Formats: sequence, C-alpha cells, structure tokens
Amino acid sequence: MIRINCPYCGERDHSEFSYGGDATINYPSLDASEKEWTEAIFFRKNIKGFQFETWHHSNGCRMWLVVERSTVTHEIKSVKPCHPNLQKVVENNK
Amino acid sequence: MTKFNAWNVIKNGLNGQSYWTRQWRDPEPKSIYDVVIIGGGLHGLATAYYLAKNHNIKNVAVLEKGWIGGGNAGRNTTIVRSNYMMPGNHEFYEHSLKLWENLSHELNYNVMFSQRAHVSLFHSPGAKDSVSRIYNIMRLHGTDAELWDLKTLKKKIPHLNYHNSRFPILGAAVQKRAGNARHDAVAWGYARAADTLGVDILQNCEVTGFTRKNGNIESIQTSRGIIKGKKIGFAVAGNTSVLWQMAELGNLPIESHKLQAFVSEAVKPLLDQVVVYGVGGAHFYISQSDKGSMVFGGDLDWYKSYAQRGNLPMVQDVAEAAMAIFPSLGRIRLLRHWAGVMDMTMDGSFFICKTPISNLYLNAGWNYGGFKASPASGWYFADLIANESPHSYVQNHNLERFEKGINIDERGAGPDPKLHG
Repeated sequence: MIRINCPYCGERDHSEFSYGGDATINYPSLDASEKEWTEAIFFRKNIKGFQFETWHHSNGCRMWLVVERSTVTHEIKSVKPCHPNLQKVVENNK
Repeated sequence: MTKFNAWNVIKNGLNGQSYWTRQWRDPEPKSIYDVVIIGGGLHGLATAYYLAKNHNIKNVAVLEKGWIGGGNAGRNTTIVRSNYMMPGNHEFYEHSLKLWENLSHELNYNVMFSQRAHVSLFHSPGAKDSVSRIYNIMRLHGTDAELWDLKTLKKKIPHLNYHNSRFPILGAAVQKRAGNARHDAVAWGYARAADTLGVDILQNCEVTGFTRKNGNIESIQTSRGIIKGKKIGFAVAGNTSVLWQMAELGNLPIESHKLQAFVSEAVKPLLDQVVVYGVGGAHFYISQSDKGSMVFGGDLDWYKSYAQRGNLPMVQDVAEAAMAIFPSLGRIRLLRHWAGVMDMTMDGSFFICKTPISNLYLNAGWNYGGFKASPASGWYFADLIANESPHSYVQNHNLERFEKGINIDERGAGPDPKLHG
C-alpha cells in the first residue's frame, strides 16, 4: 500500500485515490503541428525513478494532486495541489 | 545437446540419468555478431530461433541481464488465445496460435500446450452483442469461435456461481483451440533450439550503453564487455523506455505498469478450461495448472511502476472477483503471487518496427498479451530484421501509427495505457 499525504485530508491509503498520469505534459497551442500534438498526447518519458504524476483523491476530497513518486521504490517525496494558487491557500491555512 | 526421444529416455533411465548434456552452451561473447537481440525473454529467444531457422542467420547473440526464464517469461498466467478483431492483430495472433499447435514438435521440447478452451463469460445482453461481433469477425477470418448458451455452459462448468444477481452469467464466448502452456518449457525450449542452431545465449549480460557512429549503433557496452552487432533488436518489454533513452531516442508511446498473478496450493481437478470473468469493472481470469494449482490474475495495479512486486488492494480485488464467480475457492490458500512489469501502449497494441536508427529494430509494447504472442512475435521480428521491411500483418504496428491516426485499439479505450486491459 502506498500512503499519500493529501494536503487537504492528511495521509491516506492510495486505494482512496485514482492515478492520473504524467504531470509534466505541456499541451501545445491549438494551431500547433500534428507532430507536436502527437508527441503531447501519445508519447511519454516513462521515467524509471522519481517522476511528477497526478492523482485524484476520488474517494476523499476529490481534489487533483501532483505527487513526486519513485516508480521503482514507490517512495513519495512531495504532494501538492495541482492548482498552484491552491498551494498558497493550503500554506496560509497551516 | 542430447535430443529428447524414447530411446534416450530409456537409455538414461538405465544409466542413472547421467548422460544428459546441458541444454544450451554458456559461451564467451564474440566481438561481433550479425544480429544482437537484447532481451532473453520468450520474444528475444523466439526471434533468435527464427532468424537461424527461417532466415539462415546464425551468427546471432541474445543478451540477457539476468537468467533465461527469470523475467516476464516466468511472470505470466500462460494463457494462449487468438480472439482479436482488428486487422493485423487477428492474423498475427492466429498465426501465433498455429505455431503454438506445433511448438513441442518444432522445438523437440514438451511445452505442455493444452488446448483446453478459453471461456469468456458474458453477463448482459449488451456484452453478448459486443462479444458476438468480435467472435463473428474471428469466424470470418477462419479462426474458431463459438457462443455457449447457459445450458451448455452449466454442463461444461457446473460449479460457476450461477446465482450472482449483480452479474448474472448468461453464457460464454468460447475459443476451443485456445488454452495454456508451460511457461518455463517455452523459454527453455526456444533457448535450446536456438543454441543448437548456433545462437549464443549470453546470460548475466546487462546492457549499460551504446556507442553511435554515422547514425548507427556501432557497439553495445555490456557487463560482459563490448559487443558489436551489424543489426540490433530490442525485445525487452517492461524496460523498453529505459533502453530507448539509453540510445538517446526520446519518448515512446509506452508506460510501464505492473500486473499481478497468483498461484494457489494444488487441488484435485476442478477446472478444465481457462475462464475469464470480465464485465462491468471486474477483470479476472483463471485456469488450473497440470500440478493442480489454480493460476489466476486480474487488473493492473493502476499506477505506473517498474517494481516487480504487487500491491495489496489489487490482491483483495482479485480475491473478490474470484469469489464472485467461483465461491468454491473460498477456502483455498495462495502459495505465492508476483508482479511483472509490462509495456502498456497508448492503443493496447504492440510494436514490431524499424526505428529512427537504421540498424536498430524494435519489438515492444505487449501489454497483457506477451506470452501467447511469443512465437509469432519472434517469427515476424526475425522477418523484419532479415528482410528489412515489415510483413503485411505488422505493417501498421509501428511508432508512426499515432500521428497517422491509424491506432490499433481493440478496446477503443483511447490514449491511456492503464485502460488497455
């Protein structure tokens, strides 16, 4: 079991969450070439080691999170809200 | 290598089994090979075998970082079937099934291929329509496929849970020629047959880097020294992205996920078929090994991982699915469970293709289905490497299909690797 420290709810089992995927994808502009869109939608770094990925606390607060996790050991280094402004709100409320 | 036949079995029986020779050599790496296959799993070994057998290319090395049979060759549920409908896929998997049917004779090695029927249960009229469409497409292409009504199913497998009101069993889609095989025997059989034809199988030989020259890969750095190959093939599903980036080729339409499988203690004969329970969120497949163990598996662990170990929520999920259709398994004990790392691709189909490097060829992206594909995978990968152009069955199984919009998506699940079960 992976334990994810949700900034809103505290530490919970990963079975409360849904895995999203690579959190570092930058979608190109709408008029970008097909090559760029293909790269963004279909191609992945598939990192062996620490990566940033999205998780949805689907059976909790239903917020999207960015988790820095190792794909080898499953160790988690950091958990943040997806939306950068929400990170400030969380910090101000501490 | 001593051939397996009645005479040798009797002779060695009388001699205390002392005259058997080793199954394959343990050679020192040569400095250069015509073809180097990286990955000594079922696909890599099959490729080397068919390169030597079909194309007379015998100066071949297979590099394996661990030992033969120690990777995903030993981490699967051994199911063999060809119930695919997409063009390219159904011809490919049907050819694979035909190769399986003769594999024990071909390799002079009993791979214990058992065509015990693959029984895919359906639980709603919609599921019946959907599966009927797929199985009709199979019939149109000459693959055997049939539907069993409830009466037939109850007669064949009487101890399924026919009183499940949430997912009532309405019948099953069946492929009778499908079944399973002994995974170790397949790996050893291919290794032994390839070795006999002159292929060098180099174990404990991990690739650590590549040297590029004029756009090609000139040499491979390994834990057993530098090895050169005129042509190089990747067959390392699970770790394809790692090698791909080692060759500085960037990203792939692949994510590595892990899939668990389970083996119970041995029980008396209970199940004659491979049974699949796969509708409405559940995903569960089970068969009984020749030793009597129940062998079964379920979904992926849902998050990307290179760890060869599974998580407990999925153990619970699989146990629940087992109880939903086989309540008689309630008291059975697990002997062990394991996880294998798989290439999950963006459309659920594999890659046998050329790459941006002219002397490098790619075999990857086997999702849930690598085991059954092994013979045909080796066959067509060898064909690609020898002839330098893909056979028509695999002409669209390349990396360009996504940009062209010709994805081969059996499930229609879209570009989310974890959904292509």
